[in-house]
Amino acid sequence: MKRLLKIYMEKPELAGIAFLVLLAIVFQVRSGGVFLNLQNLQGILGLLPEMALVAIGVTLLMICGEFDLSVGSVFALTPMTMAVLLEGGMPFIFAFSIGLCVALLIGFVNGYLTIQFNIPSFITTLGMLFVARSITVVISGGFPPLLPNGAIPKWLFTSYVGPGDLIRMSFVWFLAFAILIALLLSRTNFGNWVRATGGFLPAAQSMGIPTKRVKIATFMICSFLAGFAGSIQVMRLGAPLPSIGEGMELQAVAAAVIGGTALTGGIGTILGGIIGATLIRVIDNGLVLSQVDANWFKMALGALTVFAVILNAWLRKKAKSIKVETGK
Amino acid sequence: MTAPIIQVKNLHKWYSGVHALKGATLDFRPNETVGLVGDNGAGKSTLINILSGTQAPSEGEIYFEGRKVSFKGPRDAMDEGIETIYQYNSMVPTMSIARNMFIGREPIKYGIGGIGILDTKRMAEESVQAIADVDLHLRSPDALVGELSGGQRQGVAIARAMHFKSKVMILDEPTNHLAVKETRKVIGFVQSLKSLGITGIFISHNIHHVFECCDRIVAMARGEIVLDKPVGETNMDEILDVL
Ligand SMILES: Nc1ncnc2c1ncn2[C@@H]1O[C@H](COP(=O)(O)OP(=O)(O)O)[C@@H](O)[C@H]1O
Ligand SMILES: [Mg+2]
Repeated sequence: MKRLLKIYMEKPELAGIAFLVLLAIVFQVRSGGVFLNLQNLQGILGLLPEMALVAIGVTLLMICGEFDLSVGSVFALTPMTMAVLLEGGMPFIFAFSIGLCVALLIGFVNGYLTIQFNIPSFITTLGMLFVARSITVVISGGFPPLLPNGAIPKWLFTSYVGPGDLIRMSFVWFLAFAILIALLLSRTNFGNWVRATGGFLPAAQSMGIPTKRVKIATFMICSFLAGFAGSIQVMRLGAPLPSIGEGMELQAVAAAVIGGTALTGGIGTILGGIIGATLIRVIDNGLVLSQVDANWFKMALGALTVFAVILNAWLRKKAKSIKVETGK
Repeated sequence: MTAPIIQVKNLHKWYSGVHALKGATLDFRPNETVGLVGDNGAGKSTLINILSGTQAPSEGEIYFEGRKVSFKGPRDAMDEGIETIYQYNSMVPTMSIARNMFIGREPIKYGIGGIGILDTKRMAEESVQAIADVDLHLRSPDALVGELSGGQRQGVAIARAMHFKSKVMILDEPTNHLAVKETRKVIGFVQSLKSLGITGIFISHNIHHVFECCDRIVAMARGEIVLDKPVGETNMDEILDVL
């Protein structure tokens, strides 16, 4: 037991991985072998990057001790901005960049308001959820623009690649961002500051960490990833709907929490957030394959989230009671 | 007498209406250990928060080694060699000992604009050394600080301050919430500052402790310095009297 707890403290996402393997086996059996066939894996891996990129950003921000409920709206606003500009004849590279700058700006505003007025980010970003969604609908003009033919380099974002066309290019982008952000958190001094800021703010401040700038930067990274993820979805679908990403903010929080991220900050890993997002996708897909009424999906998601939080809290309490003994 | 390492001149601090520090003037000499005593709310923490850069004075001047300084943040004070051990431990419980040792001052291998890849090997080696140097025995630098006892945490905080070669070490009620045995260890450490050539400022509400490990005693009451004498020229009764 002691050993298990120690492993858990060092790798809190392991429980999620174990559960994922277990679920894969169950769905594989229940679906009569369909779950792990090429076509179904293609489907799962094709959609995963969109949810997982959002979860990565939200996980990072939660480790820094803050929330972002506006990611679902940014998920829609960024590609809508891009689509409107594309429709107006702007080249892709500029339209896409401006869309991402809008996401960065929203992240900055979220962070700035939260810090400057010392209000919970839960509230700031709840406000931003409505504001950004409203802007999305307004600029779409009621009739969402179609992406002009050939305006998007599909080969770079959505085309199938890899052995047996298993993945889309979006998966490559997701992997690149996942590795980059995971390294940023675990291997750089900035990552150290993020974890310290979320872990115990007074200590981070008294050690001279620029906690305000760290938080604002993390808000911006989170928002950027949401905007990027939304753009990928729109490129896959071919048209920007103003309603995409609704409810995503809460799924992203669920993903982070299922992956072992603490709501209080300071604890969690990027891999955990990705595992959480994957679990959500797999449950969604597996239930459909098992011909279970799709309405059970939210039930499963909710139960898993609560279960994960209870399990994490219990394990942490247990682990805490094991003190490091002084050697010799 | 040697020139003072820190001179505090007419320092005031108002907290929206509360006059917490009313014109403190005080010298700290190199290698001297000063005990700062006073009731709760006397302004001790306010005074040392200004010296450690976590708060800005409303009025007054600070000279460090004869130069006028104005600290914009704790980092400025640390860069001058003023390290502070806080009453509420300045450690992040969810991070490892090695990471805590270097918070805000991480050694980086490659980097641009101050952000870069951590030199984790150096962090592990140096934190093991630093902890051993203060005679603390911990199994691994990768253990989480949250798993340590209060005394061990203060030990790590002290090891951190020592590692960064502080010239002045401020300890703000470091023995609060500690067991007797651990308190003894911290006091032993304060006594050893002199042999290490470090100027100490030790804050405690326990006057016995202060008499045990300090050269000079400064007493504060209601935001003012009410007594400033070498240990040999005063006694507990006189101090209790002025508080
Ligand atoms: N951040 C703050 N905001 C408002 N008032 C404060 C703050 N810090 C201290 N004070 C007030 O300043 C006075 C001195 O406090 P402090 O310096 O903490 O005293 P001590 O450390 O001697 O107990 C007290 O009246 C306290 O309430
Ligand atoms: Mg105090």
